[in-house]
Amino acid sequence: MISDLFTPTVLLGILASGIRLATPYLFASIGEAYSQRSGVLNLGVEGQMLLGAFAAFYIAKLTDSLWLGVLAGMGVGALMGLAMAFVSINLHAKQGISGIGFYLFGLGMSNLLFQLLVGTVETVRGFPRIAIPLLSSIPWIGNIFFNQNILVYFAFLLVPISSYVLNKTTLGLKIRAVGQNPEAADSLGVSVARVRYFTVIFGGTMSGLAGASLSIALLNVFQQGMTAGQGFIAVALVYFGAWRPWGVLAGALLFSLVNGLQLWIQVLGIPIAPEFAVMMPYILTILVLTLSVSKVRAPAALTKPFEREG
Amino acid sequence: MKSRLDSLIDALLPVFATLAALLVGAVMLIILGVNPFLAYQALIEGAFGSTNAFAETLVRATPLLLVGLGICIAYRGNVINIGGEGQMIVGALMATWVGLYFVDLPGWLMITVGMLVGAIGGCIWGGIPGILKAYFNVNEVLSTVMMNAIAVQLMNFLLTGPMIDPAQADIASQIPQTARLAEAYRFPRLIPTRLHLGALIAVILAFLVYFLLWRTTLGYRIRAVGQNPHASHYAGIKVKHYIVIALLLSGAFAGLAGAMQVYGVNYRMITDGSPTGFTGSAGFNGIVAALFGQLHPIGTIPASIFFGALLVGANAMQRVVQIPSALITALNGLVVVFVVSSDFYRKKRQRRRISLTQDEENPDPQIFEKSLLPEEKNT
Repeated sequence: MISDLFTPTVLLGILASGIRLATPYLFASIGEAYSQRSGVLNLGVEGQMLLGAFAAFYIAKLTDSLWLGVLAGMGVGALMGLAMAFVSINLHAKQGISGIGFYLFGLGMSNLLFQLLVGTVETVRGFPRIAIPLLSSIPWIGNIFFNQNILVYFAFLLVPISSYVLNKTTLGLKIRAVGQNPEAADSLGVSVARVRYFTVIFGGTMSGLAGASLSIALLNVFQQGMTAGQGFIAVALVYFGAWRPWGVLAGALLFSLVNGLQLWIQVLGIPIAPEFAVMMPYILTILVLTLSVSKVRAPAALTKPFEREG
Repeated sequence: MKSRLDSLIDALLPVFATLAALLVGAVMLIILGVNPFLAYQALIEGAFGSTNAFAETLVRATPLLLVGLGICIAYRGNVINIGGEGQMIVGALMATWVGLYFVDLPGWLMITVGMLVGAIGGCIWGGIPGILKAYFNVNEVLSTVMMNAIAVQLMNFLLTGPMIDPAQADIASQIPQTARLAEAYRFPRLIPTRLHLGALIAVILAFLVYFLLWRTTLGYRIRAVGQNPHASHYAGIKVKHYIVIALLLSGAFAGLAGAMQVYGVNYRMITDGSPTGFTGSAGFNGIVAALFGQLHPIGTIPASIFFGALLVGANAMQRVVQIPSALITALNGLVVVFVVSSDFYRKKRQRRRISLTQDEENPDPQIFEKSLLPEEKNT
């Protein structure tokens, strides 16, 4: 019954799954927000996440160290970010298209390496939950917010940090200037290319981390194509959140709460076809984009390569 | 002036870019301990080695070409349509439904109706993002990706529920597939292989799309809006209408591709539960083919055959040298990156020509440059 959804246990369960599920979106979307703020649209997030997820899983399995796995995932993401930065910044490649190329590359490579190096479904023992003393013993919500694995905390910490960096620091000012008016930034002595390299590589690193959070912290397994479109949704969430970290957080939470809701609908056996439940977050995203996006302006130089005149 | 040599070099740039990608692939093969010559030989033989192999290549190329034609139209109109997958699925679902519902029509009539209905299905799925982009300023890259996910769920629902093959409904291992279409509704085959009439139709459509884009007012306006929406607006072109039309047409071709898979290849709609189970990623690979054909409908014909060959050959390569066919997906990605990067050299050479001759040659269409800007309202 639908009314089963409105018991406290289920609502808290939805909240808890929502927080967990938001983790990869937060990493990937916040990283993408940096690069879009500086004027580069990276559509290859999905590929970076997949390759990051595989690298993290494989290295964690090989070395028995989750942290080395995290580093591997981030490193692979950073390398793909570097490649994306080079073709976008130096070769002026159309970003909407090169991103598709990097997506296909990440998809193919992660499948290839998985089939060659692992082959069968194997699991890792992922990051354990860490209960934060005192806070985790708050009734009801303590267990949801303060008894998660460490990557979940990192993801949520990234939001205020990024908001501060983008809005209050010189680096943030440079990033925004380069994305808004690269000519002016250049004339003031800001290296447009260097700033963009930084943000795109950082974005790639975060996408790799997002993949790692899937394969060694949330699901603890690698499957081919396991990101299932999450990288593309992460890009959508940046628009959704109007290029602001707090907006991205709101979008990621909304999306993952609806996702959590659909999981519980299936768990409780509520007679809605599971396919329609899975559809809900996507329909919701389109609706929210329809109602919200027209009011905000994208960074003016988004997708435009920069080149000095003369 | 652009000399003949210059044009030739420009036209060959994607070929060089592909060779570079294959070279990277060769290095990867060496690292994996496989002789790249043997691997590529297996690939080529698998794709072209026999009548049957070549026919398979053309069968795989057909949906790529159709999707690619739609992509040509959309991208010329400055709209990035990533929704080929979803548009194919919805087109195929609707075409399958009419084919199973009306059982007593003459074959030629049903096939025609089925193709039209499939195109309409793709139109609907492409038109929604079009309207959202034109009138609500929703980025079409994002909406088409979302529409893909929705279409996949719709397909999984219908093929395991209302539209499931009655023969599958009663047994435990329910394969998500519909009943078979009547024998009269199948596309005629061209030669005794799986090659069907659809391949020929797709080629004819490529010429029609060329005609549409460069010889009709509609095509002229789509391209004008793509090159410069502001100038088009001041010239009195209703920019928003043409954004919607570009996505409608683009979706129609993808929908047709889906319908053709049903009437020409499988004779039913079938999937394996994965998102690309029905399309075989043709909705994505069609984009790659169109880019490779330099967003020109005629160029997309050989490009589709090339990528169809890669896909068919990849399976042969997997059998002969035991390298997963996923390698080819990765190489496809590299081809895209290299091709889109090689454009830089074409522009650089063009600029040098202009500065040398001071010739006011028409600059390239500035497609994509601004397409992702939500504020581009053209009001």
